[in-house]
Amino acid sequence: MSARAWRVAKVVAEIAVPAGILIAWQLWTASAHQARFPRLSTILVQFRKMWLFSQFNEHVVPSLERIGAGFGIAVVVGIALGVPLGLSPRARRAAMPHIEYWRAMPPPALLPISIILVHSIANRQKIAFIAFFCIFPVLLNTIDGIRGIDPTLVETARSYGVPWHERIRRIVLPAAFPQIVAGMRNSLALAVIMMVLSEYFSSTSGVGYVLLISKNTFQLVPMWAAIVLIGVLGYVLNLLFLLVERRVLAWHRGWRAALPD
Amino acid sequence: MLEITHLGKTYGSGDRETRAVGDVNLTVTEGELVCVVGPSGCGKTTLLKCVGGLLRPTTGEVTLHGRRVSGPPEEMALVFQDYSRSLMPWTSVRNNVLLPLRHKKLPRADRSRLVEEAVDAVGLTRFIDHYPWQLSGGMQQRVAIARALAYQPSILLMDEPFASVDAQTRGDLEDLVLSVRGQYGVTILFVTHDIDESVYLADRIAVLTHAPTEVKELIAVDLPSPRDQIATKELAEFARLRAHVYRLIKRERPAPGDLEAEEALAAAHPES
Repeated sequence: MSARAWRVAKVVAEIAVPAGILIAWQLWTASAHQARFPRLSTILVQFRKMWLFSQFNEHVVPSLERIGAGFGIAVVVGIALGVPLGLSPRARRAAMPHIEYWRAMPPPALLPISIILVHSIANRQKIAFIAFFCIFPVLLNTIDGIRGIDPTLVETARSYGVPWHERIRRIVLPAAFPQIVAGMRNSLALAVIMMVLSEYFSSTSGVGYVLLISKNTFQLVPMWAAIVLIGVLGYVLNLLFLLVERRVLAWHRGWRAALPD
Repeated sequence: MLEITHLGKTYGSGDRETRAVGDVNLTVTEGELVCVVGPSGCGKTTLLKCVGGLLRPTTGEVTLHGRRVSGPPEEMALVFQDYSRSLMPWTSVRNNVLLPLRHKKLPRADRSRLVEEAVDAVGLTRFIDHYPWQLSGGMQQRVAIARALAYQPSILLMDEPFASVDAQTRGDLEDLVLSVRGQYGVTILFVTHDIDESVYLADRIAVLTHAPTEVKELIAVDLPSPRDQIATKELAEFARLRAHVYRLIKRERPAPGDLEAEEALAAAHPES
């Protein structure tokens, strides 16, 4: 198959396969008459009624704010902790057991205590909860990225007397950046999960809240509409992230392609 | 200007102790180009890193303009063999050359002038806004040389800088070193394992013994300047010097038993 035909086939598959699944779902739900599985068309009508845009400000905006703030804090803290840990084997040895301990903790286990610790049931608790778990992918990837930096590069800068803060800014961070970005992408996906989870608990707004309330009141169509929205949110956030990454890391793809083997 | 006195470097301690540099004495005067040649694995790079202040010598000392070298001195620049790894792939040739100037107290205009002059001196003006990985190997090494020149060192240390380029490019780069040396009036300490290269470039050659290394012989090179890849290499004197250095190094070839020890040394200390 020619390269062009291959590309066309890939795009067709990307659109046709999900479209086929949706059509099959619609056909099956229309004939099955199952209360648990409302028709796709019913769900989409409900989706439009709720999210475009009557409840958008009330529930989607708060969720997005929580994702944004939690993710933002996680990125800043993850990099700020990751740089010294990546640079110093001694600090790493001291910190790794703690990092591994908290990373292995299932998030729901910390949900109740997060309220006590943060002293809040409002946004602050939700953002803190999201941020805490999103730190780990960024942190671990920052550490790994820095450990993998070619020592020749750092030594060159050192031989030119480049001061340490400039070395971090001009060499260490840019060199580790591709891997930091990979960690950020994982964190962003995690942020969506944590958002839903945090809104299950002592909440009055948000997509996760709507999902839980709809389920508790046996309103299955709104529940499905919320599920569809969460999926779309995750997909769109990832897509936006990839678009930014493509621009910021253009050099990385060119460089990798230019490597001899 | 550069004095190396009783320099020694030992890695590890106790049973695992390996002496890379034994007792090196060498003086480089202002404006001179001294080549250091020696059998492979003899500790050339270790020696150069000690001179550059990147490694702390175990014994002896290095002084530059009478001041003891304890860290990378400001008036010294280093060019490594691994050009592709010493350049930053995420930014342009211009920013790569600018890196060592950023923290110098210089007006902005002076900085960009120094960068542009250095890039021009190595003939890469057309490529100043390219990424390094868009250039060929020889051109990348030129970028590394331009970066060293822009820094305006009084002494330039070069560690087998042309070991990984093809023969043609290598000849061009050798001539480039000779021409910028005149242009910038810089003193050069040039480490190589290529005997022809050392004779072609040097005012003096320091031949090293194998590890723990010492200076076996200092040879003055009295070839006419400017040197020429064809005419200079045709001279009887060139052939004589080349043969002389060759014999010195050949006699240094370690006995078969030593080879393993050398390999182990190289594996244990990849930086040497």
